[in-house]
Amino acid sequence: MDTPTVVRPKISAKHVGKIYDTADGPFVAVQDFSLDVAEGEFVCIVGPSGCGKSTFLRMAAGLESISSGSINIEAAPDSDKPANSVVFQEYAVFPWKTVIENVSFGLQMRGISEKERTQVARYWLDRVGLTKFANYYPHQISGGMKQRVSIIRALANDPEVLLMDEPLGALDAQTRVVLQEELLRIWEETRKTVLYITHSLEEAVLLGDRVVLMSAQPGGILDIYHIDLPRPRSFETTTLARFSEYRALIWEKLSAEVTRAMEMQE
Amino acid sequence: MTQQTGVSAFRHDANRRTIVLMGLSVVLTHLILLVSGAWFAFAWPAIGMSFIMLVLICERIGRLVPASQRNLYERSLALGFPTVVLSVWQLGGDLGLINRIWFPPPSEIGKALWSVTVNYDRFSETSLLGRPWLIPSAYQEGGFSGVGTLLSESHLLATVMRVFSGFVLGAIPGIFVGVVMGLNQTVRLMLDTTLSAVYVLPKIAIFPIVMLMFADPFGEGPKIVVVALSVFILMAINTMAGVRQIDPVFLMAGRNYGAGHWQMLRHVILPGAMPVIFAGLRIALGTAMIVVISVEFLRAKQGVGFMTFYYWEVLVPEKMYAGLVVVMAMGILFTATLYWLQKRLMPWRK
Ligand SMILES: Nc1ncnc2c1ncn2[C@@H]1O[C@H](COP(=O)(O)OP(=O)(O)OP(=O)(O)O)[C@@H](O)[C@H]1O
Ligand SMILES: [Mg+2]
Repeated sequence: MDTPTVVRPKISAKHVGKIYDTADGPFVAVQDFSLDVAEGEFVCIVGPSGCGKSTFLRMAAGLESISSGSINIEAAPDSDKPANSVVFQEYAVFPWKTVIENVSFGLQMRGISEKERTQVARYWLDRVGLTKFANYYPHQISGGMKQRVSIIRALANDPEVLLMDEPLGALDAQTRVVLQEELLRIWEETRKTVLYITHSLEEAVLLGDRVVLMSAQPGGILDIYHIDLPRPRSFETTTLARFSEYRALIWEKLSAEVTRAMEMQE
Repeated sequence: MTQQTGVSAFRHDANRRTIVLMGLSVVLTHLILLVSGAWFAFAWPAIGMSFIMLVLICERIGRLVPASQRNLYERSLALGFPTVVLSVWQLGGDLGLINRIWFPPPSEIGKALWSVTVNYDRFSETSLLGRPWLIPSAYQEGGFSGVGTLLSESHLLATVMRVFSGFVLGAIPGIFVGVVMGLNQTVRLMLDTTLSAVYVLPKIAIFPIVMLMFADPFGEGPKIVVVALSVFILMAINTMAGVRQIDPVFLMAGRNYGAGHWQMLRHVILPGAMPVIFAGLRIALGTAMIVVISVEFLRAKQGVGFMTFYYWEVLVPEKMYAGLVVVMAMGILFTATLYWLQKRLMPWRK
C-alpha cells in the first residue's frame, strides 16, 4: 500500500475534564487529561487518593458524562466485541448470582447462548482455579476469590479494552502477589489493551509498559514513565536493580504529590 | 490444657447442682403452700415466681448444652414455653383460679373449634370450612356449582380469598410503582409525600370511602380493594427504599456489561431490591390481616372476623376464641408461604 498505515491509538483521551456539580458549587475533579494508549499496551495510573483516577476510568467506560474534551475507544472494524469492560474497585460481583452466572453475565446480556457462555465461563474459572466454586454464591467465597470472579467476568466478556480500577487493592499481600502473577500470565497470552489503576507503585512498575502519574485537585497528568523491563515479567522482576530504580524515581515525585494533596486537604 | 478442662468440669458440676437446687426450691415452695393450705391465696405470686425460676433454670441448662444439641435445645424452648403457658391456663381454669366464662381454658376452646368446624350455623347460614365432607353429595346434586354453593358458606375460604386477592392486587402494582419511584427522581419527588401521608392513615379509616365507590357496598369488592390499597402503599414505599439502597456500583456493572432496560430490571434491580421487598411483604401481610379482620367485624355476613364478632354478639366466648385461633393459624400459614416463596426467589440468602 502506498498510503502509510496510520496506527490509531486504541484509547485516545483528549483534554478530558470533569466538573462535578456539588452543593458547594462546581468541583473540578479532572482537568486537561490527555493520554493515548496503543493497541496491546498495558498502562498503569497512580496518584494520590481522591485525585480523580476512578472518575477518569468511569468516563472512559461511558459510565460518567465527560464535561469537556473527548475519549475514544477504537474498535476493530466489524467486530462484535464490547468496547470495554470494567473491573470495579468495589468488586461489584452480584451477590444474587452464582460465581458462574457472574462470570458469564456479560455474555448473557449480549444474548449469547447458554451453552456457549457456560463453556467460556468454565474455561476462565478453570484458568484461575475456581471450577469447584462455580455454583457458589459470592458470600460463600473469600475476598480474593470474589476479586478473581470480578476479573474473569471482564476477561470472559472479551472486550476491546480492559479498564481495571484497583482490582487487587483490597487483598492481603500474599494473595496480591499470586494474582499479580496470574494477571501477568493471562496478559501475556491475550495481549489486551489495559488501563490499570493502582495505589501500589510496585504493582504499577511490575505490570505496566507505562506508568502515568496523576496530580491531585484537579486531577491531571503530572508525568509519564516508560517502564523498560523485559517481558515476560513475574515476581522475579521485582528483584531487578532497574525495577528498584524505576520505583525510586517515580516515588520521589509521587510522594511529593501525595504530601501536597494532603496539605491541600487541611 | 488439663487444668482448663478441670475448671470447666467444675463449672459444669456447679451448674448442675444449681439447676437441681432451683428445681427443688420451686417444687418445695408449692408443696409447703399446699400443705399449709395457703396455696390458693398465694397461687398467682407462686406461679409468677415459678416462671422466673424456670427462666433461670433454662438459662443454666443452656450453658450446659453442647453445640451439637443446641438446635434441639432452642426448639424445646420455643415450643416448650407456649405449652407451659397453655397448661397453666388449663390448670388455672380447672382449679378455679381463672374465670372460665371469660377465659375459657384451651380444652374448651378446642371443643368449640371442633364444634364450629363440624356444625353448620343455621342462623348465619355459614360454617368454618364449608363442610368439605359434603362435597361428594353436593357434586352429585348440583355438579361444580353445587360444590361452589357449599363452599361459599365457609368463613375461612371467604377470608383467605379476600386476603389473597387483595394482596396480589395490591402487591404487584405496588412493587411496580415502587421500582419506578426508586429509579426516577421526578416520580419519586411527586409521589413520596402523598404516599407517606396516606401511609400513616389507618387503612381501615378509608373503608367507608371505598364502600361509597361500589354499587354493592356490602359485597366483596370494597373488602378486597381496602386490603389491596393498604398493601399497595406499603409495597410502593418499601420497594422504593429497596431500589434506592442498591449499591450504585451494581447498576454501573449492569450497564457496563451491556444490560438493556428490561435486563437491568430482571438481573440487577429486582434481585437487588428483593430483600427489602420481602421485608415489605411480611409487614404488608400483617397489615392485610388487620384490615381484613376489622372489615369483617364491621360489614360482613361471612369470614373469620365476622365469626369471631358474631360469637361475641351472641356471647359464646369459647367460639370467639376459636375464631382467634383460626386467625392465628391463617397468619402462620401465610407467613410460612411467604418464607417458602422467599427461599425460592432468593436462593442466595440461605
Ligand atoms: N459524584 C460525585 N460528586 C461530587 N464529587 C465527586 C463525585 N465522585 C467523586 N467525586 C470527587 O472527585 C474526586 C475524585 O474522586 P475519584 O473517586 O475519582 O478518586 P480516586 O483517585 O479514584 O480515589 P481513590 O484512590 O481513593 O479511589 C474526589 O475528591 C471525590 O470526592
Ligand atoms: Mg478510586
